Amino acid sequence: MSTKENTGNENTKNTENSENSFSKGRREALKTLATVPVLGAMAYGVYKKSKKERTNRLAADMFHFGEMPEPAIVADGEIIRIGVIGVGIRGIDLMQAIGFATPEHLEDLKKQAQNNSGDTRYKDFMEQDDLRIKITAVCDIFDTYAERAITAGANIHREGLNGKYGEKPKRYLNYKELLAAPDVDAVIIAAPDHWHGTMAMEAIQAGKHVYVEKPMTWTVPETYALREVVRNSKLTFQLGHQNRQIETNKRGKEIIGKGLLGPITLIETSTNRNDPNGAWVYPIHADANPRTIDWKQFEGEPARVREYMDYMTSNNLAKYVGPDARDKFSLERFFRWRCWWDYSTGLSGDLLTHEFDAINQMMNLGIPDSATSSGGVYFFKDGRTVPDVLQTTFEYKEKNLALLYSATLANQFNRPRKFMGHDATMEIGNSITVTVDPQSEQYKDQIEKGLIKPGKPFYSYTPGQKDLDAISSATQLYFAERGLLYSYVNGKRYNTTFLHLKEWIDCIRTGKKTSCGIEEGFQEAITAHMGTRAYLEGRTMYWDGDKEEIVRG
Amino acid sequence: MLKQKTYSNFQLIALVFLRVVTGWYFLYEGLAKLLSPGWTSYGYLMDSQGVFSEFFKSLGQNQTLMPVVDALNVYGLILIGLLLILGLFEKIGYIGALLLLVMYYLSHPASLNVTYLLPPEGSYLWINKNIVMMFAILVLMAFPSARRIGIDRFIFRNKKA
Repeated sequence: MSTKENTGNENTKNTENSENSFSKGRREALKTLATVPVLGAMAYGVYKKSKKERTNRLAADMFHFGEMPEPAIVADGEIIRIGVIGVGIRGIDLMQAIGFATPEHLEDLKKQAQNNSGDTRYKDFMEQDDLRIKITAVCDIFDTYAERAITAGANIHREGLNGKYGEKPKRYLNYKELLAAPDVDAVIIAAPDHWHGTMAMEAIQAGKHVYVEKPMTWTVPETYALREVVRNSKLTFQLGHQNRQIETNKRGKEIIGKGLLGPITLIETSTNRNDPNGAWVYPIHADANPRTIDWKQFEGEPARVREYMDYMTSNNLAKYVGPDARDKFSLERFFRWRCWWDYSTGLSGDLLTHEFDAINQMMNLGIPDSATSSGGVYFFKDGRTVPDVLQTTFEYKEKNLALLYSATLANQFNRPRKFMGHDATMEIGNSITVTVDPQSEQYKDQIEKGLIKPGKPFYSYTPGQKDLDAISSATQLYFAERGLLYSYVNGKRYNTTFLHLKEWIDCIRTGKKTSCGIEEGFQEAITAHMGTRAYLEGRTMYWDGDKEEIVRG
Repeated sequence: MLKQKTYSNFQLIALVFLRVVTGWYFLYEGLAKLLSPGWTSYGYLMDSQGVFSEFFKSLGQNQTLMPVVDALNVYGLILIGLLLILGLFEKIGYIGALLLLVMYYLSHPASLNVTYLLPPEGSYLWINKNIVMMFAILVLMAFPSARRIGIDRFIFRNKKA
């Protein structure tokens, strides 16, 4: 049988009457529109499916947030004159974050952008807001670093090689001279840890606003002294924890604040690195030698060193001191100072502080009641005294929760930060994922009605998504976890360090409080010191809140 | 002028079914994206691999073009789906479908040495489902059906091709 549509058969049908023509017309219409009902089926299916998906919307209703304001641009205000103390790896990073990069670096970024269109660092840097600041002074005890910072500071038009540069900032050989300079309103401190507290204190005393890198202090006694000095001044103080600017942390705070996780009894967080750079084995500069480095100044402030030695000797911890004499010039110790307690605060000060401050930002935990630590030098047997594996447990008795920190410098398997509540668990990093607990009481009804599937991600938030909603596809979650979507925030990527420095500069102008001021800094420093002391002494450290003292178990 | 092809009922029904289910696939892909708030092809484009990956990544990076790319994709899928299901301007529908499929394949070729962030739901060597679908559409183009079952029957009723 065949359907012949050609006109050849018409002769045999030329006797057709009106009835036939009517049925032919109907047949024609049928053949023309035969597939239209398929659209009806599609519409029905889409309706049914979207109704089912509406249960997911529940998440969107529960996890509803206000808009995050975009950082305002500094339109006017006087030019703030900035001095930078310590312009090594982090110091030059900070200068760059506020718009001052070396021409060589910009050429490099330009080249990388040409080779890889996905690399938008050059574009981002060029488009970054002008903060109305000027670098008037730099200080470093290594000549090469200081000279590099001078070219960066003079590069006011963000140019490459052979560009038009501005006035060069003045180099100071000693930070005390920089602090005495009248053309410096504010200082950024990125010297090694053993200098943070001293320089911050002296800067405030010299009338300068302070941005100091984390950790806030190296010894316990200077922590109190610095707090005193900052509390008694009207100057703006910011501790360099740029996590304060991360959008997911702000969302996480709201989720916890609304009680959506239920009572949180355990927080797990970690550091996972597995490369020499991550383990502080930084390259040694070819130009470095006793003539280009002021070793005497590197040794530290005598009063601080005395505090350190007092603590170490009075607690039988001499094995952690040295092993080299403090006055013995050493390139390893100069560039890789984080490996020795003589200058370092270890994993606790360097990396736990990041985790702690992010959690403190979300939960206002404050100083823990106790800290217990264990660990050791298990992988990097390069003569370091600082452990490369560390576990610290902090207990918060009144808040009924424990914070567990676990770090390794010899494995980078991703262990997400987890807030574990009775009703749900929140994993937070580049994205947020909330998973409801099967035994949740808060969500019992919804679980029974099938509106929430326990054990499955219930809510996910990825910065850069145009709208907030329940998880709409596995793809989004997958990309989000790898940070691919992160650069899409409000259609514009922001460097969090830029935002943190910008906040400090804005607060200098407005007199407002910074997000990581001296009180937050004090909590950060004491918490880290408790973890470190617990490790060094091998026993639990307690916090006496009334006396504001670390006491031994 | 092409000679009118004659199909058996079985052939015609098979062709119309293939056309309609292909259309269905395109239409729902488009609708699902349209109905999903905040959907963007950014992640997909950034995961592009192979010879043309630079081009697709540069599309993803381009913040002025991205909304256009997204809209073309979503409405393109919906339009192609409607055309194929209804049998309306059949040939345009096929050409549009081929264009999209070629783009999908070039951005995510099933080459030997590529791995994608989002693993495919099957195992492929050079030939993946996009290629199979492209050839299915070529077959549909070679054996048109909309002038028999579809709105083209009405539109081209006086032009028996």
